[in-house]
Amino acid sequence: MKARVSGGAALMQGNEAVAAGALAAGLGFFANYPITPANEISRVLSRELPLRGGVFIQMEDEIASIAAVIGASLGGLKAATATSGPGFSLMQENIGYASATEIPCVIVDVQRGGPSTGMPTRPSQGDVMQARWGAHGDHPIIVLYPSSVSETYELTIRAFNLSERYRTPVILLMDEVVAHMRERVMLPLPEVEVVPRSKPKVPPEMYFPYEDGDNDVPPLASFGEGYRYNITGLFHDRLGFPTLRPDEINPWLKRLFGKIETNLEDIVWCEQELIEDAEVVLVAYGATARSARHAMKLARDRGEAVGMIKPLTLWPFPHIESIAERARRIIVVEMNRGQILGEVERLVHGKAEVLGVNRMDGEMVTPLEILHALEI
Amino acid sequence: MDAIDERKYLRLNRFPTIWCPGCGIGIVLGAIIRAVARLGLDKDEVAMVSGIGCSSRMVGYVDFNTIHATHGRALAFATGLKLARPEMRVIVVMGDGDALAIGGNHFIQAARRNIDLTAIVINNSIYGMTGGQYAPTTPRGATATTAPYGNLEPPFDIPALAASAGAPFVARSTVYHAIELDRFIERGLRKKGFSVIEVLSDCPVFYGALNEMGSAVDMLRWYRDNTISVREAGKGEGKLVRGVLVDRDLPEYTEGYQRLVESLRGKGEG
Repeated sequence: MKARVSGGAALMQGNEAVAAGALAAGLGFFANYPITPANEISRVLSRELPLRGGVFIQMEDEIASIAAVIGASLGGLKAATATSGPGFSLMQENIGYASATEIPCVIVDVQRGGPSTGMPTRPSQGDVMQARWGAHGDHPIIVLYPSSVSETYELTIRAFNLSERYRTPVILLMDEVVAHMRERVMLPLPEVEVVPRSKPKVPPEMYFPYEDGDNDVPPLASFGEGYRYNITGLFHDRLGFPTLRPDEINPWLKRLFGKIETNLEDIVWCEQELIEDAEVVLVAYGATARSARHAMKLARDRGEAVGMIKPLTLWPFPHIESIAERARRIIVVEMNRGQILGEVERLVHGKAEVLGVNRMDGEMVTPLEILHALEI
Repeated sequence: MDAIDERKYLRLNRFPTIWCPGCGIGIVLGAIIRAVARLGLDKDEVAMVSGIGCSSRMVGYVDFNTIHATHGRALAFATGLKLARPEMRVIVVMGDGDALAIGGNHFIQAARRNIDLTAIVINNSIYGMTGGQYAPTTPRGATATTAPYGNLEPPFDIPALAASAGAPFVARSTVYHAIELDRFIERGLRKKGFSVIEVLSDCPVFYGALNEMGSAVDMLRWYRDNTISVREAGKGEGKLVRGVLVDRDLPEYTEGYQRLVESLRGKGEG
């Protein structure tokens, strides 16, 4: 890593922090297709992975990239891809495939203005719902969202760890401004936990890649290691073969969602600041949380009881409904038309007033705009 | 030649297959297994990757490491697997629509990249599983469910496409020419690089019925009478040419990548 200083502070860009975090987490395979504003990630990894015996390949499109990532993950490597909105849309079918077949992989989406080709070089938080629901059909997914370069490094490692622990695709959503901003990162982080893939301990004839114990995450054998099994995107039985039987499908679905929903304490990370006495609570994520934090400080200086909540795990969305017991107003700040606003309204359920401060013109929401909303 | 016990390579508890009576895909399955057996490959080191469609259901019936991937993407899944496990033999089974319509870009890119995969394209000239729609391999003028007035489009010449995209081994056979097919698949598996074997295969239920080609046996006879070996190619005007059409040595991708990694060894981690 060019910006890296061993064992101390480094100045690096958000996209470089993704690459550094991925390598620290044990990345063995990276496939992608060029797209702005994610390109620095592949620039670094195309240089670094071959040096470490890992694989970098530039595929013919984003569909092929995520497909190759899934294939490599089945080969036993920690695998990832990176893209932006248009490419992220192309990946959705195979993200759903990875979710249904429970194959670990990490997808980085450095968002840009959208819809369509949008504004390739400007920030947007428009893919929040696409990250949650882009693939067809109900499916579990984990989405992480950093607001600084340092958090980017940390959450990238966390993305791989959660992906391996829960056998699920994990999406790292990034803001263009964080991806291209240079900040200080301490490297390596003290006591970084790296989760290895859980491998079967039973002989091949006793291995069920989709064992249907409650909320379990069955170990995943790598191809070529003597466990010959089948992977299909069709609904499958515990051996991985297609089934249409409700008595086989229902236990599988229960486990598929249960493995995430019964482990929210491990998966969901949400920071709260000054909410104990807050009458107004700001909810913001990514780069927008930095504006919100600035606005909160200015408001506190004026003597107003303002607090904030910053979800670093965006999906599953944190259970923040308890803040409505105390706060009279919740303001959700986003660079989109209110994609999380609706989620907050659903959780708060009328117990507090919920407002949005939104921009989708490629400019950041400023602290001043948030202060104006406080004055309403 | 020693007798081969095909059952050793099958997941017999998954039978019967979903294929219609008279379908040619089972003949291709047998040919692949006999080729694997003749090469003496260990089942653990063989992977079979497929996409979506009738022929792609083959992976469920073979006792290898198997991936039933998404429609058109089998080659891209296989590319990732091969790079993660270069020691594995990766066989990719696709239908004509899977390989050349929705997966057409992956097909030419894999050929250009020359990655060591054995791509078997089972060409029945139609989309069978979805009910007989016209494909990029349906002959001009043929009838399909979605071409009730005759197909306006010309078909791909799969071997010519594969060859011009850079594949080092390209062959074509049919399910009528079963012994030849065994041999071509075996040669494709032996070849280091991207090998393409197109297999013309009958779909009596849709293509055959819609085009009044008779029974499955009649369709096999059609393959016998309307194709010609490349050795006699000059003698049969208008006939489809069978044979090993390309066999050349070109740099293979996974070997190239491994050489790159070797050459960088000791250069340190940046």
